Amino acid sequence: MMPDLGKYADTVLSAYAASLLLLVALVVFSILRGRKVRAEMEKVEQRMTRNG
Amino acid sequence: MSIASKANSLWEYANPKKFLTTTERVLPFFWVSSAAFLVVGLVWGFFFTPDDYKQGSTVKIIYLHVPSALMAINCWIMMLATSLVWLVRRHHVSALAARAAAPVGIVMTLIALATGAIWGQPMWGTWWAWDPRLTSFLILFLFYLGYVALWEAIEDPDTAADLTSVLCLVGSVFAFLSRYAVNFWNQGLHQGASVMRAGAITGTDTEEKVSNIFFYPLLLCIVGFVLLFIALVFYRTGTEIRARRIKALLARERVNA
Repeated sequence: MMPDLGKYADTVLSAYAASLLLLVALVVFSILRGRKVRAEMEKVEQRMTRNG
Repeated sequence: MSIASKANSLWEYANPKKFLTTTERVLPFFWVSSAAFLVVGLVWGFFFTPDDYKQGSTVKIIYLHVPSALMAINCWIMMLATSLVWLVRRHHVSALAARAAAPVGIVMTLIALATGAIWGQPMWGTWWAWDPRLTSFLILFLFYLGYVALWEAIEDPDTAADLTSVLCLVGSVFAFLSRYAVNFWNQGLHQGASVMRAGAITGTDTEEKVSNIFFYPLLLCIVGFVLLFIALVFYRTGTEIRARRIKALLARERVNA
């Protein structure tokens, strides 16, 4: 299934590895921060509702 | 509905609540479709396209390099548009959208620079050259870093939005140069536009263009990157809106205490 990349195998695979790693890291960090901020906002809103 | 009233209805999205409810509704579509386009485009390009007669298998890097470079420039243009909206109309959501987009632009620029360097080593015999396009891209990358640093450095969000908007206006010169540097200075290693050029698409010029065998999967990857960019900016803007609300609530709590 793996195509024959010939003498440039290292070049092609390292370009794909670096790019996909950066893209996945960007998506994962964005989602993790998004969830954290959302949870914090809900906590603050609940506290303020309780305290009037 | 007239064009004027349609344009006016766009400003409704300057309301954070309206922005959040709308983007949360459309976000699943953007996440799923971007993943689908990227998987199909990359699998097609990597596994089912032949080697180029000059570049060998390194041509497969095009499926990452071109879309990321395109988004690196377009991201700055989007930031420019939203920064102008902030400067003219003072809509917070637009300033926060620019802030949310900047790290996405950083990653896109980094991918373009990294894949370019990795491809350049065997093809040009060097990782880097002070070529007009490469240099303007590096400066664009530094502008992205400066933009994010400026947001972090200033405590008052409105002042930060003002200053970063001005920085964005200045940096636009380099976003523009990154795209057209090859046309301005007919020198350097980087080739001219061979994909997103009107003559290449319509076949009305005789300059070198990307073969259709490579172009179709590349087109899918470009669409995938655009959809991923939209998904990330919508999601991250939502996060920035919530972070701003937390600050406002905590400030109100301190006043009431």
